[in-house]
Amino acid sequence: MSRGSGKLARMSTERLPISVLKRRFVPGQWDLVAFVLVFGLLAYLAHTAYTLTGPLAHLTAEHISLSPWALPAYAAQTALRMLVAMGASLVFTFTYATLAAKSQRAAAVLVPLLDILQSVPILGFSFTIVFFLSLTPGRAAGAEMAAVFLVFTSQAWNMAFSFYHSLRSIPSELDEAARAFHLGPWMRFWRLEVPFAMPALIWNMMMSMSGGWFFVVAAEAISVGHTTVTMPGIGSYIARAIAMRDLGAIGWAIGAMTVVILIYDQVIFRPLIASADWFRLEQEVGPTPSRSWALTMMRRSRLLSLAAGAFGGLVRLGFNRAPEPASARQTRPQRRWRDALWYGSVAVGVVALAWLIGRYVFAHVPAHQVLHVAALGLLTLLRVVVLIALASAIWVPVGVYVGIRPKLADRVQPVAQFLAAFPVNLLFPVVVSGIVYFKLDPNIWLSPLMILGTQWYILFNVIAGASALPTELKQVGSNLRVSGWLWWRRVALPAVFPFYVTGAITAAGGSWNASIVSEVAEWGNKHLAAVGLGAYIANATRAGNFAQTVLGIVVMSLFVVIINRLFWRPLYARAERKFRMD
Amino acid sequence: MNDVASPAAVTAALLQVQGVGRSFFKPDGDELVVLEDVNLKLERGEIVGLLGRSGSGKSTLLRLIAGLDAPSRGAVRYLGAPVEGPAPGISMVFQSFALFPWLTVLGNVQLGLEAMRLPEAEIRKRSLAAIDLIGLDGYESAYPRELSGGMRQRVGFARALVVHPNILLMDEPFSALDVLTAETLRNDFLDLWARGELPIGAVLLVTHNIEEAVQMCDRLLIFSTHPGRVVSEIRIDLPHPREPLDPQFLALVDRVYVEMTARPRQGRDGARAERPAMVGIGTPLEHVSTNLLSGLIDAVSEPPYNGRADLPAIAQALHMEGDDLFPVSETLQMLHFAEVGGGDIRLTEAGLAFARSDTDERKSLFARHLLAHVPLAAHVRRVLDERSSHRAPKSRFFDELEDYMAEEAAEQTLRAVISWGRYAEVFAYDDQRQVFTLENPA
Repeated sequence: MSRGSGKLARMSTERLPISVLKRRFVPGQWDLVAFVLVFGLLAYLAHTAYTLTGPLAHLTAEHISLSPWALPAYAAQTALRMLVAMGASLVFTFTYATLAAKSQRAAAVLVPLLDILQSVPILGFSFTIVFFLSLTPGRAAGAEMAAVFLVFTSQAWNMAFSFYHSLRSIPSELDEAARAFHLGPWMRFWRLEVPFAMPALIWNMMMSMSGGWFFVVAAEAISVGHTTVTMPGIGSYIARAIAMRDLGAIGWAIGAMTVVILIYDQVIFRPLIASADWFRLEQEVGPTPSRSWALTMMRRSRLLSLAAGAFGGLVRLGFNRAPEPASARQTRPQRRWRDALWYGSVAVGVVALAWLIGRYVFAHVPAHQVLHVAALGLLTLLRVVVLIALASAIWVPVGVYVGIRPKLADRVQPVAQFLAAFPVNLLFPVVVSGIVYFKLDPNIWLSPLMILGTQWYILFNVIAGASALPTELKQVGSNLRVSGWLWWRRVALPAVFPFYVTGAITAAGGSWNASIVSEVAEWGNKHLAAVGLGAYIANATRAGNFAQTVLGIVVMSLFVVIINRLFWRPLYARAERKFRMD
Repeated sequence: MNDVASPAAVTAALLQVQGVGRSFFKPDGDELVVLEDVNLKLERGEIVGLLGRSGSGKSTLLRLIAGLDAPSRGAVRYLGAPVEGPAPGISMVFQSFALFPWLTVLGNVQLGLEAMRLPEAEIRKRSLAAIDLIGLDGYESAYPRELSGGMRQRVGFARALVVHPNILLMDEPFSALDVLTAETLRNDFLDLWARGELPIGAVLLVTHNIEEAVQMCDRLLIFSTHPGRVVSEIRIDLPHPREPLDPQFLALVDRVYVEMTARPRQGRDGARAERPAMVGIGTPLEHVSTNLLSGLIDAVSEPPYNGRADLPAIAQALHMEGDDLFPVSETLQMLHFAEVGGGDIRLTEAGLAFARSDTDERKSLFARHLLAHVPLAAHVRRVLDERSSHRAPKSRFFDELEDYMAEEAAEQTLRAVISWGRYAEVFAYDDQRQVFTLENPA
């Protein structure tokens, strides 16, 4: 081993307190791009935040202009709501999941709760708008909070789950290294836990974003009983266009949304995906490193690296301030005693809550309606099953075809991901006007709307699965002259099966959620409604009938939880076991 | 150095392990002893090796000393004070490197110093000095993924050295590296150690590689398995650098082999008996592939060994390390195809017959020995014969085994029996349905 002496000398000059000035700050081309983006964003945030304090009276449909020139501002406001909701989801993820992972007692409550929350239809939360409005009487801020909260509920749960799982699956040797080198909790969080969780978290953030666009659009124009709020944004623009039967305006809105999603993709997610490679545990370089111009900009821009350095400094400051790692060990009997107390009070709380909800619901809803609602649930279930089957029959072969052709897959994959992110509720008016025009049966023709947005999850997961098929297996297939149906049965389908299951789970979950939006539709003064649980919840919410809304949500959550437990989880476990490649 | 300057610490031994035991509780409340009554004293300036088979608890002991785990009995004392949680002044090098892939080489090395809340300038100075010392100069900004295995472990060493530990714990630090790289890294380390350039008080090395242990250590503690306990101690006084082809070195290696293939009689009087081949249903089995079993029989039966081989020699000829070889030789002994003892392996009549046979004869010979000498295999066969359906779920045997051993060991034991039963065609197993059957797909 060599011993260099120059290094230490060089280091001592760098220890000067003016070390930052030693490197001359010369702005490069990437700084220019970064400068424009950063300050554009700041100016725009300041402007939009200003509107938050405006009076509530301005939030009516009549204030929404259908001029295409108004769209950029609306799109910007919609995008900002998304950003704020994503920030809130991240904060929730870091706190909730960390608490659940660190404390066994907390986990016993928090994890099942998250499981339930995840299965609650997002628009079921829309009645919370009344609560948020009461927080800031007469001001728009409460309505904005409500909209952000709705988007938050569509994003936070799966992110928290992913983070929780990551925290629980930290490789033991990294955990031991962190402990052996005395990392405190704060340092451990930033140096080990967050980086390790990053790839899975980024993937889930993308999923969340996709869902979020759908619901931000739905959340901007909400009626709950007598309360109707229309916040400026693309969603309200669409709602207004529907009321005015303006197909041209709908076209503009779709165009604007496309641009917004593309910008989000380029500025936020491409860089995130590209940097996710950095956190991967496999120590080999992947076959195709993801590239992103925005990430290059961030890495090369000195302005931004100064900012990042400042953040790193803050985190490091925390290393010194944070308390020492505790090494106290509780004795066994003491712990058992407290456990009993804790789990006992949790059980009492759960029973009390269930009783309260039951009493409230049955005070307003006749008991026999429960059966009716359950039957509606079965109808919606039937729709979900048929649609998932149809989508699978179409997209699995397409996905396999694309996936085994790497060049094609490279081109199709971003498109599929874009389609998954696109809020298809923007397309609903087009479909609905068709149904009205051709006088079709809404019970059948409204159904495809449920899966319009979620089918892409099946496609891009299957593509991913088919691309992961080892070249050698493909070659063995051709070498043995396996072709036609035999090839599908023995090679392609088993290889993509675990991926397909992942996609189908996501698609099915999304379809339940979408049923609330898609089983009822309007075009001008024409109302269309299919018979189903989604329509039941939507109508109850609009009528301000909370008891019915709660009943509908509880039944739908039960459906989702039961199907997840009895069908998807065993299927996924089987797929993992049987078709794993290692 | 990072001495704690209390008066008691000056007189106390660097590390003292007194009567330490570690056991785990099985779900049914039974105790499973992994480590039993271990005593050990570590003095400044020595390298002590912990040598044993997998399952001997040597890595567990290392973690107890590191404060990553707490002993069930006894005490670990570091500078006179009991170890409760990771102690400052003890650092560790991991088998799998355990580098943080999202930190650069410099970031990884700085980690321990950052946790010590040192001023930033000192952190950088010491980190760069450690990187320099360990031969990573120029790689400061590289990420672990960009480095080869050997370079990664150098980062592991630098990270452990930079905190100037009183005790450096090494958990099989070279076993994930290829032979050549491991040797280079080992020699570099010994070089620095001999020249007194390493800021370390003493080293505790866990290894299963006998040559490595003899080359590096001043003292060797040899561990038995199930439960892990120290069965003997060997002092090595050869001067550094040690030459692996030196007759004295070879004699020591041979002696370690002898110690490791022997097993203690009841007491701790130093007298040893050959490992008895008696096994019951509850004996944990190691999953050794039948290819390895027949491979070793073939190798020993052929010239120059002609049925009797020196274990270190055959290990070298087959490019295996002791830890890989022992399970194979012991399984052969259990099946009465070979006898192991005194550092030698000798084929029995049956073993020699096996070597001469063709595939079908081998299978039937193996089947006879499997049913005669592995009670669990005979038990599975008997249950299948007795049932009219000739089927039995895996869980039936799994539950039985769990009375004797931990879940993991039970799983491993069943896998061994399944694999041998399949080879011998004494029963079949359907993994999808998790059942044993008598019918083989025709």
